Amino acid sequence: MAGAITPVVRVQRADFDMDTECAALAPGGDTGALVTFTGLCRDEDGTLGALELEHYPGMAEAEMTRIANEAIERWPLTALAAIHRTGRILPGENIVLVIAGSAHRGAAFEAASFVMDFLKSRAPFWKKEHRTDGSEGDWVEAKDGDTAAMRRW
Amino acid sequence: MPVKLVYFAWVRERIGSAEETIELPESVSTVADLLDHLEGRGEGYAAALENPQVIRVALDHEHTPHDRPIGRDVREIALFPPMTGG
Repeated sequence: MAGAITPVVRVQRADFDMDTECAALAPGGDTGALVTFTGLCRDEDGTLGALELEHYPGMAEAEMTRIANEAIERWPLTALAAIHRTGRILPGENIVLVIAGSAHRGAAFEAASFVMDFLKSRAPFWKKEHRTDGSEGDWVEAKDGDTAAMRRW
Repeated sequence: MPVKLVYFAWVRERIGSAEETIELPESVSTVADLLDHLEGRGEGYAAALENPQVIRVALDHEHTPHDRPIGRDVREIALFPPMTGG
């Protein structure tokens, strides 16, 4: 049973490097599939200057760990990581990384998708927009589609 | 029993404070009671909590529905808008 693995969960201001994180998970042995998802900051047709990512320290890590552990219970994973950035993030820069490893691709794809769907609606992070024209942007509103994406699991 | 309240995103901006410590009045039993109580504390609170149904609440770092009682051992209560990470 792969339920014994411990997920890597981090909240950090610094950027992450996908190759480094994949290597750190040391797949090998029974890992036959490694699925990665990277969420990036869009430029919204040139109107977005930056996103400010706020989080609830302590709970963000705790909730990401709860989500990761649920994925580990549901799929036979050999590796799992969830890394989320905070602070000021420019268009094109990384926001979030999820890596899921398993013996076969089905579980790895599903687990990565599950973790992202729950992370978006349950992990305490909020995005505020800063506009390129200097005006103060709004807080990004949660989308109904994100809640629906979570409920399908 | 004093309890620490922490606020995030536009809830924090409208209330005008990131955290405070209050004594929970006897009349506050559930999460919904707390939102009701806070809404009456001033203009900023009223603006932040005008649509209480959209406010998300966490007791000691765990998401908690509005109809749940607030245990006497709870130390930190967070109020925030729907989350938009990822």
